[in-house]
Amino acid sequence: MITEKKVCPITENHIKVALVGQPNVGKSMLINSVSNAHLHVGNFSGVTVDKTEVLFDYKDYHFTVVDLPGTYAFTEYTIEERVTHNYLCAEDYDIIINVVDSTNLEKNLQLTAELLTMSKKIVIALNMSDEAQKEGIELDAEYISELLNVPCVKVSAAEKTGIEELIDTVLEVYERPKRDPKLVFSEAVEEEITNIVSYLEKHKYKAVNSYRNIAINLLKENKKTYAKLHDDPIWIELQPILIEASKHIEIHHDTDDIKEAFAEEYASFNRGIVTEVVKKKTELKEIKTMTEKIDNILIHPIFGIPIFLFLMWGLFQLTFVLGAVPMDWIDAFFGWMGDAVGATITNDEVRSLVVDGLISGVGAVILFVPNIIILFIGIALLESTGYMSRVAFLLDGFFHKFGLHGQSFIPLVTGFGCSIPAYMSARILKNDRDRLLTLFIISFMSCGARLPVYVLFAGAFFSESIAGNVLFIIYISGAVLGLIAAKILKMTAFKGADEPFVMEMPKYRLPSVKLVWHTVLSKTLMYLKKAGTFIAGATILIWFLSNYPHNVELEKEYAQKIEKAQTDKEKIVLQNKLAGMNLEDSYLGRIGQFSEPVFEPLGLDWKMAVALEAGIAAKEVIVSTLGVLYSLGESVDESNTSLRDAISKNISFASAVAFIIIIIVYLPCFAASIVFTREAGGIKYFFYLLAFTSLAAYGLAFLGYHLALAFSY
Amino acid sequence: MKKLLDCNKGEEVKVVKLNAEYDLKQRFISFGIMKNAKIKVLEQAPRKKTIEIKVGKMRIALRAEEAQMIEVEEV
Repeated sequence: MITEKKVCPITENHIKVALVGQPNVGKSMLINSVSNAHLHVGNFSGVTVDKTEVLFDYKDYHFTVVDLPGTYAFTEYTIEERVTHNYLCAEDYDIIINVVDSTNLEKNLQLTAELLTMSKKIVIALNMSDEAQKEGIELDAEYISELLNVPCVKVSAAEKTGIEELIDTVLEVYERPKRDPKLVFSEAVEEEITNIVSYLEKHKYKAVNSYRNIAINLLKENKKTYAKLHDDPIWIELQPILIEASKHIEIHHDTDDIKEAFAEEYASFNRGIVTEVVKKKTELKEIKTMTEKIDNILIHPIFGIPIFLFLMWGLFQLTFVLGAVPMDWIDAFFGWMGDAVGATITNDEVRSLVVDGLISGVGAVILFVPNIIILFIGIALLESTGYMSRVAFLLDGFFHKFGLHGQSFIPLVTGFGCSIPAYMSARILKNDRDRLLTLFIISFMSCGARLPVYVLFAGAFFSESIAGNVLFIIYISGAVLGLIAAKILKMTAFKGADEPFVMEMPKYRLPSVKLVWHTVLSKTLMYLKKAGTFIAGATILIWFLSNYPHNVELEKEYAQKIEKAQTDKEKIVLQNKLAGMNLEDSYLGRIGQFSEPVFEPLGLDWKMAVALEAGIAAKEVIVSTLGVLYSLGESVDESNTSLRDAISKNISFASAVAFIIIIIVYLPCFAASIVFTREAGGIKYFFYLLAFTSLAAYGLAFLGYHLALAFSY
Repeated sequence: MKKLLDCNKGEEVKVVKLNAEYDLKQRFISFGIMKNAKIKVLEQAPRKKTIEIKVGKMRIALRAEEAQMIEVEEV
C-alpha cells in the first residue's frame, strides 16, 4: 500500500509507467492496489477501448500509470491489441511494468520476450504469486531476474503483497542507466546476430541502442529500425547480409514467415527459463482443477445451454423488475420537480421549455441509469468470473450460421429490454466486424418501449383471447427478421471471410467487488456524460418541433370556447381538439404532412406518419402522439379503450400491419441512435443504420401492406 | 494429414503445421498454437461446431473451420 504524500507536480520527478500484460493477468486489480486511494482515474478513449490513467505520488516522485488493454502478443487483431501496440510504439513513456501470471509463466513470457526487444526500461511483476503458491508452483524471482537481466518482483494484487517493492524497483530502474536484457536465441539466429553486430562494429555505426538490439530488430523485420538504417550509407552493404540472414533463419525454422520463426524462438527460450526457475512442489498428477470441474457442468453438451438460459433469465428479471423500482422513483421525482419548478415560472413559454423540454429530457436520460447499473453489474460478473467465454463457446455454433458471434447473444437479448444498454454491452465482442454487425441488428429486437404500441394495435384488431399470441408473433418476427438481416448484411456489406474464432477460456475466478464496482461506475458515468448531453438536447429539439409555431388566434378562440363549456367533459374534448390542431400545425405536424406522399404507398396517413416520426424521439411517445392526433388527450395509454376504438375505426388492418412492421424495423429512438453512433465509432455508421433500417422498414412494410390487402379481400 | 478437428475428446497431439493466412497464423501463435506445441482436446460442442483445447496451461475455444487448419500428429 502506498502512502500518499502531496508533492509539487512541476518541480518533482515525473515517471510515466506503461502497464502491459496479457488478458486475465490481474492488471487492473494491480493498478487498483498500487494507487490504493486513486487520486484521479480518467478515461481517455479510443473508439471503444479505454486506456485508464492513474496518478499517484510516492517518495517525491510523481507517477502516471497508464493501464493498457490486455494483449497476447504484438499483433493488431483486436482493438485492445491495436491500442496497446500503438501506445507502446508511438507514445512517450519512461518504463514498462510487464504484469505476468505466475501460474502460467511460459505463456506470459511470450509477450515479455517481445517487450524485451523494444529497448525500453522494463520491470516484470510476477502477479498472482499467492495463487501460484496455492497451486504448489515455486518461482525463484531472483533467478529469473538474473536469467533475463530484468528485475522481477513477486506481487499479489489480490493480497496486496509486494506492491511497495514493485514501486521501489521501478524507481531504481528509472534512476539507473538502461541495461540490455538477455534473450538467447537458437544457434542459427545467434550466428546471424553476431554477423550483423560485427558489421555494425566494423563501421562504428552510431546508435542509442546496443548493436545486439539493433540486430535482433533487423532480423525481426522491425519497421522502425529498418527506416532508421535505410537512410544510412551502410545500408547498401547491410542489405545483402540481412537477406541471407532471413533466408538462413527461415530455412532453419521451415517457414517463410519470420514472425513465426521468432515466435518459435521465444517459445523455446521461455521453455528454458521456465524449466530453470519453476519448481513444482506437488508432483504433476492428473487431478482435475477447479476450472475443469466447473466446466464439466457449465459447458456440458446437454445442460450447458439450459443453465445459461436460466442465468440470463435471472439477469433480465433483475434488470427490468428490480430496475423498475428506482425507475418509478426517478420518474416520480422528475414529475414532482417539473411541477415544483413549473409553479415558480410565470412565463408560459419558458415554463414549457423548462418543464416539458429540459426537465423531462434530462429525466428520460437518468431514467435508464438503474437498468444500466444492474445490467452492467451482471455483465461485469459474468465477464470477470470467466463465464462469458463459455457462453460464446456454447452459442457460437448457432449464431455463426447467421454470421454472428456466440457472444452476440447477450447484446441481442438485452435489446428486448432497451437498446441503449444493448449497444453498450456489445463491447464484449472483441472483434470489430462481429461487433458492428451485432450493433446493426440490435434494434430488430423490440425494446420495452415499443410494447405499448403492439399492445394497442393487437387489442384493436384481434380479440382479447388471441391478442397475446399476436404480441408474441410480433416479437418473434422481429428477432427472426434481425437474424435474416444479419445474414443479408454478412453476405453484402460485411462480405468477406469469416472472422476467425480463437478465444481463451480463462480460469474461473471469484470476481473482485472493487473491480466490478469500478467498471460499472465508469461505464455509468460515461453514459451520463456523453449520451446525457446529447439525449437532453435531442429531447428539447423534439419538444420544440412539436410545440412551435403557436397559433395564437386558434388558442384564443379555443380558450373562449373552453371557458364557455358547460361540463368538464366538454372542456376536455375541446382541450384535446386544440392539442390535436396545434400538433397538426406544428413543425412536426408539417413534416408529417409533407412526408405523407412517402407513406401513402404503405397505406399510412399523415397522422401515422407523425406518430412514427415522433417515435424517433422515443418510442414511448408513439401512443401518446396517436392519442393527441385522434384528439383524445395526451394522457392516453395502451389500455385506453377509446383510442383502441378510434384506431380500429380509422385505420385499416393492412395499414396497421404496415405500421407495426415499420415500428419493428425502423430507427431506434434518438437516445439509442446516439449510443449506437458512439459504440460503432463514427457518425457515418449512423447514416448507414438510418439508410439500412429505413429501406428495410419501407420495403417490408410495403410488402406487408399489400399482402394484408390481398388476404383481407 | 491429420487435422486437429479429426481428434477425439481427450486426445493429445502435437502441432505439425499451421495452414492459415498471415493474420490468423499470428493469432494462433500468440495463443501458443505453433509448431511442436502439444494440444489436448478437452471438449466438443454438439456436432463439433466448436472445440475446446488445452495448450500448455491455457484453454482455448476454436471453431471447426479454424481447427481444420491445424495439422497435427500423434505424440
